[in-house]
Amino acid sequence: MGRDKFQVREFKELLLSLNRVAAKNLITSKFTGDNAFELINEIIAPALESIGDMWSLGQIALSQEYMASKICEEIVEMILPAESPYRKNMPAIGITTLGDEHMLGKRIVTSYLKANGFNVYDYGDMGPDKIGMKVKDDGIEVLMASTLMLNLAFEVKKLRLIFDREGIKTKIIVGGAPFLFDRDLWKEVGADAMAVDAMESVNKIYDVLRYPNEQ
Amino acid sequence: MSSDEITPMERVLTALSHKEPDRVPFFLLLTTQGSKEFNISIEEYFSNPEMVAKAQIRMQQRYGHDCYYPFYYASLELEAWGGNSVFYPDAAPNSGRPIIRDPGDITSLESPDVFGSPQLQKLLKTTSLIKEYTGEDIPIIGVVMSPFALPTMQMGFDHYFDLIYEEPDKFEELMRVNEKFCVQWANAQLESGATAICYFDPVSSSTIIPPELYRKTGFKVAKRTISKIKGPTATHMASGRCLPIIEDIAETGTSIICTSVLEDLAEVKDACKGKLSVMGNLNGIEMRHWSPQETGDKVKEAIQKAASGGGYILSDNHGEIPYTVPSDVLLNISESLRKWGQYPG
Repeated sequence: MGRDKFQVREFKELLLSLNRVAAKNLITSKFTGDNAFELINEIIAPALESIGDMWSLGQIALSQEYMASKICEEIVEMILPAESPYRKNMPAIGITTLGDEHMLGKRIVTSYLKANGFNVYDYGDMGPDKIGMKVKDDGIEVLMASTLMLNLAFEVKKLRLIFDREGIKTKIIVGGAPFLFDRDLWKEVGADAMAVDAMESVNKIYDVLRYPNEQ
Repeated sequence: MSSDEITPMERVLTALSHKEPDRVPFFLLLTTQGSKEFNISIEEYFSNPEMVAKAQIRMQQRYGHDCYYPFYYASLELEAWGGNSVFYPDAAPNSGRPIIRDPGDITSLESPDVFGSPQLQKLLKTTSLIKEYTGEDIPIIGVVMSPFALPTMQMGFDHYFDLIYEEPDKFEELMRVNEKFCVQWANAQLESGATAICYFDPVSSSTIIPPELYRKTGFKVAKRTISKIKGPTATHMASGRCLPIIEDIAETGTSIICTSVLEDLAEVKDACKGKLSVMGNLNGIEMRHWSPQETGDKVKEAIQKAASGGGYILSDNHGEIPYTVPSDVLLNISESLRKWGQYPG
């Protein structure tokens, strides 16, 4: 199946109009049992990427990005359940707010990554001290840190120190408001990369792991 | 102040009537910075209303800005609802665990009595102490979280989006309870001496929800609430965009819109012409490491874009200057304002 721009556009429109039922039907009508990644790569991910671009340009609001990611997460859970053997080759991704009770950014990124077939370990608001052990135990290749508060963005510095001290090779990608309002902050705190939104996070994961962006 | 100088109150009122006073008014919205005045922790600082009042007075004397800002921190309101705040050594407190765990909880939710809350009484005490000191010379800016914004702390942003989109009846129920609280809280601050109320409404921003959803939700809530607040209001988007909904914001009855660094100040000023005054939009996050030159450039640029004809107050774009912004930067803002902000420009 090649990428069908019309279908991507149709799916995107259904997501933005919150037509959950029609969006699900569009994907499940094409699902044959073993083509989940094909559907993700050809329809779901491009639609979400386009929605991400619209968010970056200020053309849509955060709530629309959130709802689109959430609907896609539900659809992908149907065609690619967590226990599916097709997920086994995907890198393990961890995610935390590093102590921030504001969970929205984390929730959007989690939904988006799951909608792209990743295995996501949600560490809630776990702080730097505990997370070193968790990423080791879970074999996390990339840790996403999503913060809203400026002071908690600086928790990434502590995380980097712990990773360096313990010889943990897990890459750190940061995101959230402080990083958007200061585009050099991710370097200041010692992250490996910064994603401006959930949609960019997939490319950044492949960048830091030096994988080609293909499943 | 020499006798021929106008007071900050006169300066601000002139600007808000879309005329040019002696210079551009500016608001440094300082909260946690006050703890540095006494070299104590932020938590200890906000436990003492007299100290907060003294710090506001000292900071105004040092930087010469045109307001007092007795606002403590956003989650103070949540404390009145039975929630808690998490304190940090170098930042504003954050709201703790949400108090609404399930939308079903909304049915039994009751608006707390402002006068029965020791937390809110502290802030009212600070406001009245500042009022006692300043009289009518310098505006005192009170703050409320809008009923439409409070649920981000009451239940968490993601669950709140789910509520708005998927449970409209429960959403309306929550708004009614929150509106009652917001009106009482705003009016209590006005009675204690606040000159105006800053209505923090970031969820209404076009960064957060689309304009068509705003018109069905946050707009109606703002219109109902602002009409019951017995004083002037400024609507703050806390770094979010407002341009697509300027006309609607003007219809809510507010007098000022505080915009984001994400928007062009000249465009916002133009869109507000004859309807609203504009406040903003220095980047508080970047401000942490501004050089004197950068500070001057940013202040000059903002003034050039928005100050002509009055109707403009220079401030940061978030409604709160971060704790980590150095005092030197604030002094540089003040100096630059005096250099570039003289009328006629």
